[in-house]
Amino acid sequence: MSSVKDWAAPTPISENRSGLIGKGVDRYEGRLKVTGSAPFAYEVEAPSKPAYGVLIASPIARGVVTSADIAQAQASPGVLLVWTPDNVPAQGERGAKINPRSQRGANPALADRVEHFGQHVGFVVADTLENAKAAAALVRLTYEATPADLIFEDNLAQADQPEGEEDVRVGDFEAAFAGAAVRLDETYVSPLQNHAQMEPCATTAWWDGDHVTVHTSIQMVKGGQHTLAETLMIPSTQVRLITRYIGGGFGGKGQAYDDLTLAALAARALGQPVKVAYTRQQMFQATIHRPAVHMRVRLGAQADGRLDAFALEAVTHCRREAPFTEHAANFARSLYAAPNRLTGHRLVKLDIPAAGPMRAPGEASGMLSLECAMDELAEQLGLDPVELRLRNEPETDPETGKPFSTRQLVRCMTEGAQRFGWDRRNPTPGQVRDGRWLVGLGMAAAIRGNFLLPAKAGVRIDADGTITLRQGMTDIGTGTYTILAQITAETLGVPLSQVKVELGDSDFPPAPGSGGQFGAATAGSAAFAAGMNLRKALAELATGDPNSPLYGDDPELVSFGGGNIAVDNRAEPLDRLVARAAPDGVYVEGAITPAADARDYSQHTYGAHFAEVGVDPDTGEVRLRRMFGVFAAGRILNAKTAMSQITGGMIWGVGTALHEYNEVDPRYGSFIAQDLAGYHVPAHADIVDLSAMFLDEVDDKANPMGIKGVGELGIAGAGAAIANAVYNASGARIRSYPLTPEKVLAALP
Amino acid sequence: MKTSFTLNGQAASLDLDPRTTLLDALREQLSLKGSKKGCDHGQCGACTVLVNGRRINACLSLAVTHEGDEITTVEGLGTSETLHPVQAAFLEHDAFQCGYCTPGQICSTIGMLKEAADGWASLATADLTADTVLSDEEIRERMSGNLCRCSAYPQILAAIRSAGGLA
Amino acid sequence: MKPFTYERPKDVTSALAMMAEVPGARFLAGGTNLVDLMKLQIEQPTQLVDVSRLPLGEIEETPGGGLRLGAVTTNSQVAADLRVRARYPALAQAILSGASGQLRNKATTAGNLLQRTRCAYFYDTTKPCNKRQPGAGCAAIGGIYANTAVFGASEACIATHPSDMAVAMSALDAQVEIASQDGQSRSLALEDLHRLPGETPHIETNLQPGEMITAVVLPPPAPGGQIYRKARERASYAFAIGSVAVVGGRVALGAVAHKPWRAKVAEQALAGGASPAEAMAAEMAGAQADGHNDFKLKLMARLGAACLTTTGAGDDQ
Repeated sequence: MSSVKDWAAPTPISENRSGLIGKGVDRYEGRLKVTGSAPFAYEVEAPSKPAYGVLIASPIARGVVTSADIAQAQASPGVLLVWTPDNVPAQGERGAKINPRSQRGANPALADRVEHFGQHVGFVVADTLENAKAAAALVRLTYEATPADLIFEDNLAQADQPEGEEDVRVGDFEAAFAGAAVRLDETYVSPLQNHAQMEPCATTAWWDGDHVTVHTSIQMVKGGQHTLAETLMIPSTQVRLITRYIGGGFGGKGQAYDDLTLAALAARALGQPVKVAYTRQQMFQATIHRPAVHMRVRLGAQADGRLDAFALEAVTHCRREAPFTEHAANFARSLYAAPNRLTGHRLVKLDIPAAGPMRAPGEASGMLSLECAMDELAEQLGLDPVELRLRNEPETDPETGKPFSTRQLVRCMTEGAQRFGWDRRNPTPGQVRDGRWLVGLGMAAAIRGNFLLPAKAGVRIDADGTITLRQGMTDIGTGTYTILAQITAETLGVPLSQVKVELGDSDFPPAPGSGGQFGAATAGSAAFAAGMNLRKALAELATGDPNSPLYGDDPELVSFGGGNIAVDNRAEPLDRLVARAAPDGVYVEGAITPAADARDYSQHTYGAHFAEVGVDPDTGEVRLRRMFGVFAAGRILNAKTAMSQITGGMIWGVGTALHEYNEVDPRYGSFIAQDLAGYHVPAHADIVDLSAMFLDEVDDKANPMGIKGVGELGIAGAGAAIANAVYNASGARIRSYPLTPEKVLAALP
Repeated sequence: MKTSFTLNGQAASLDLDPRTTLLDALREQLSLKGSKKGCDHGQCGACTVLVNGRRINACLSLAVTHEGDEITTVEGLGTSETLHPVQAAFLEHDAFQCGYCTPGQICSTIGMLKEAADGWASLATADLTADTVLSDEEIRERMSGNLCRCSAYPQILAAIRSAGGLA
Repeated sequence: MKPFTYERPKDVTSALAMMAEVPGARFLAGGTNLVDLMKLQIEQPTQLVDVSRLPLGEIEETPGGGLRLGAVTTNSQVAADLRVRARYPALAQAILSGASGQLRNKATTAGNLLQRTRCAYFYDTTKPCNKRQPGAGCAAIGGIYANTAVFGASEACIATHPSDMAVAMSALDAQVEIASQDGQSRSLALEDLHRLPGETPHIETNLQPGEMITAVVLPPPAPGGQIYRKARERASYAFAIGSVAVVGGRVALGAVAHKPWRAKVAEQALAGGASPAEAMAAEMAGAQADGHNDFKLKLMARLGAACLTTTGAGDDQ
């Protein structure tokens, strides 16, 4: 295995001779997207006219389907197929081949055993969407309901330690907390949230003999392919899964859903292509969500603000049959110094849809607690919130003692404070008015882990000089296509226009997909490795070709640039070399694996958020007035797409603080918000004067390119900055998110 | 039911199930898949198209009601080679990420700029009797019928300012 | 959707005739609410009579100095009208605070008035709802949906009317013009158009079978300031959790009842010299919260008082 020390040497990326690395080039697939011609899964042209599938959802939370009457539906115009638990084709058991995490909640489709409200229990295919929908309403199912545990708060007593986990203790928290000069002990609650991707889950499927092709909206290519193969009880080699464009994922499309299973099964049964999409309502009830979390924070500090005791204990929930823990306390293990520490998680099992990862799982919920608690402690101590954090800056990882690979949290905070005008904050709440609005400032720190997973990539050069990178990776809007093009072009010294990127196909070399902000580092490092291997192959080709001006040169001395391959002043264009010496093109693969010693370092991305809000004293409505973030996340590959990722994350933080929540009806187990009128994601008018900047950074312990992820850092802590600003504006300290008008108004004098 | 309208400048004639929405007619019968189905209930704006120059949600409009109308979708604005100025501005300012809400945002922008040019007020308009000035606050309010879950709002604002000749 | 036939009449008379011909027929105007509900099979018309192209799309001066808004004028058209903006700013503000630009371009004056509740249990067809199925029961009672009524609710229904526009029209003392199949027409105060739920929450208005709204007439505005303010859970594109229209000394409240709620207690108190806060306190004393919607009491008292203070209502009475 490699060592992080191997990654410190200069590379074409660090040398950046063409200046493509970091440049804010337009999105690779941008023209397709602004013209509406990027085909999403439901829009792919099938080889023949597709039929339309529609799903039917259970109205009960737990029980069994006892009977199905499909006669009326079958007789309805245009109907091709009606399936219920009675007659759905047999499906293989899933989870043997792949990470069980990606199998979360994967019942066989249309199981007779109902495990949550909205579980799919029926499926209709017809010649048109209109006919399929009309027929679906004619399917008559009866149920026998059994008691269900539906409400998180009502079931806290049954909270258990997640399997295989233990609390993490350092020193003696209880004793230190009891003896602390200043103590804080508060519980914060983050709500259940929905991903609400703009594109509902969708699949178009067709068969060619015993091979199936599916175009589907999924973040993980291989996971989807293997899941479907297991379901269909065929080898994975007979499943081709393609996911070229994905209309938002955010973790919610990390797994296969019933659209994939049923489109493939129905296309096989009918011998014709079948398209299936979730309705918006089904997106709420039949995909995963971010679970609610109760977080008890205890802080014990000396009078000067230095923490002696720190504890964060999080209780969250999952679906009974689909274990998942929102690790809301993990981030805190590396954030602030305190010699005595306690962090841990507890899990409540409920009979509601499955919990799962949603953008920055752990941090997005967890930082809402600690970063609010730090604000409260600062006030108790009479310290500025930035100063309190500076006084608790650790030199090494406070839990493990490992060195940080890079850590610029202090500079994020000080730079941000200065640029934002933090010194204008009045520490006494409720003092500043602008018209009727109460105005306040708040800040919070941000931390999000950085990860590298194994991945491969393939790259070929053709006789016309076109370089094509292929990878079973996805671009969920993060900019993957674009950064891979930049990496490949820079590595091979060719203009961007000479590079093609093809993603999202199970036939391509595998990559883990998009998630956990590991995508750019993981896929990018594999692409870089492939590019380096292609350099090597081309160098050997040229120096071994008697017709090349480089013939006989040492391959080690070959350089690439301007579309040429060269040694000293002898050069030739790549297309000429390949056309002559390898007219069928040259294809190589490259791979990345985590370094053996990567875990010797505490490795994270960091940031600081500063927010100004207005609180309407008449209504309790909170409006963002401005927000600024400073972030350190390794080498930035594309100034434009990275900025979009980070501000997008910050806006998710605004939504988390002010708008987004769902609730479970205690009688039915259904979500109260089942559409985008009921579940409020931030609208354009909610986002006022929001911007961010990146600090210069290269993390040579992260991967060969010194880059890190940025997709999830922006949300971490952002909501707490807003909540702290609301307190500063109004004196309303609300520890249950989001800060709706109802809660703010109740807290206002 | 026979229905004829002008679609992106061309005559179009369809035999429609009255239940078919304009959005489904465009996507499933006319192969114009640029208009997106995000919610199918007028709650997201991804399906925004222009009918007789005004922006509407195609998902809540039955296709048979559009007899004789002039309909413009994202496909009628520009091509990959020759982008409409609003499309070019969205590309330059990175005013999208996943791209699913984007055609709706772009059609909505064009409709919104026309509304402002026609002097329409918005909730952000302090003086309802004064001339329309497209401030940032005005653009944000007027574009709030187009949700972007990737949250490209700051970039969308920048694109509209530049496309509208405001920056 | 269930199959239906589609008709596009040329005039009001034939529209009313087409409605009468087919049981279960419904008028279709902008469709922004009806088509939404048809997709969920909450509405299941057998025939749609498309009235959107009837000659009811004009805004005209009335002899009395007011404005007549044709039934199928669009919300955008009304809010953009310079006469509306100058003389009825509360109405323009109310319309512009509703929905989105796209929806307002389709939604009509009459359709807005006749839109149905946004109660979460009305929309979730797996739940009992007396509006959808009379006698089925009400899931909202004892439920967790909080945007429910604090005035005039019944044991059959606690839903609210979601319109912003209608709240302003209520404060403006608007009249609704109605044509009927027998060729008669009548006028109804907007205040009397919508009903409280009582035991028949599925009957939402006092329109009779065979009638259609042809116009809303705005009388000359009462003297004094006007304002419409709306509280909601995000800055735009969200339904009200409470709203207030003030026109002179007239006050109407939104998102608090099965209809736009004319705050007559507050109006009387103002006329009697009460302060804005006192007047709203008197109004809200008649409200009944159910544990989930308690916030509306404080919200409406404060928002109402703030609106009255802004417009100067009660200052010189």
